[in-house]
Amino acid sequence: MLIDSVFFYLFALLTLGGAVLTITRRNAVHSAISLIVSLLGVAGLYLLQHAEFLFAVQIVLYVGGIMVLFLFVIMLVNLDQAAKERQFNRQWMVALAAVAAVGVEIGYFFYRGQDSFRLGDVAVPAATEGNTEMIADVLFRGYLLPFEIASILLLVAVVGSVVMAKKRI
Amino acid sequence: MHPITTVHYLALSAALLLIGTVGVLTRRNIVIILMSIELILNAVNINLVAFSHAAGQVQGQIFAIFVIVDAVAEAAVGLGILIALFRNKETVLADEIDLLKW
Repeated sequence: MLIDSVFFYLFALLTLGGAVLTITRRNAVHSAISLIVSLLGVAGLYLLQHAEFLFAVQIVLYVGGIMVLFLFVIMLVNLDQAAKERQFNRQWMVALAAVAAVGVEIGYFFYRGQDSFRLGDVAVPAATEGNTEMIADVLFRGYLLPFEIASILLLVAVVGSVVMAKKRI
Repeated sequence: MHPITTVHYLALSAALLLIGTVGVLTRRNIVIILMSIELILNAVNINLVAFSHAAGQVQGQIFAIFVIVDAVAEAAVGLGILIALFRNKETVLADEIDLLKW
């Protein structure tokens, strides 16, 4: 189990370090690269929890799809002007205080409720089939309607983004 | 060294959520605000997968897939809006876009 702990802390460091770099860099391209590191750390965490399908989806979809989209948009809009200006807005002190308050609240809940988090100690029964097969089974038997609604959502998003980005319809 | 339990994942997810919230609330660049939203959605996914693993079921992972679909739709529409805004206002700073402010 030691190797599990080592990998957990490694991926946690990647995730949080990438996230902090993402929100502090001045150059948007650097932010995007840091976000890729953070997303890869999250993918590693999925792998640690035997969610192999989500691991693949995370890398293919997030790193391969969404981040390429972000980089395209960064190239399309001119960010040189924005990089020279102030990076944080005027209410950043208020925002930090509010977020710190929420953090203290979450920490307090974890501290008081730690007895109800014994879930991690139960022995998970050995899977008889692969993770992808299990997900497909549950997704296409129990969640077929949400799956179809998600496809309609994607269609609407595609049409909407084309309408937004096109100069003349 | 303690073995890794669900609480570790929950704490990590809470930290990621707070970092993403700080990004949304403090940055002026809209591109980076959208990236921070991706961070927040990833924090939610870590929570879902951790509980799914702890309960020995895959329902949480199904829900995480739907969250990823939502993230994709949000990023596509958000970046489309950003391009339309940049064409009209020549800025990507959130506090300079105040057409509706009187």
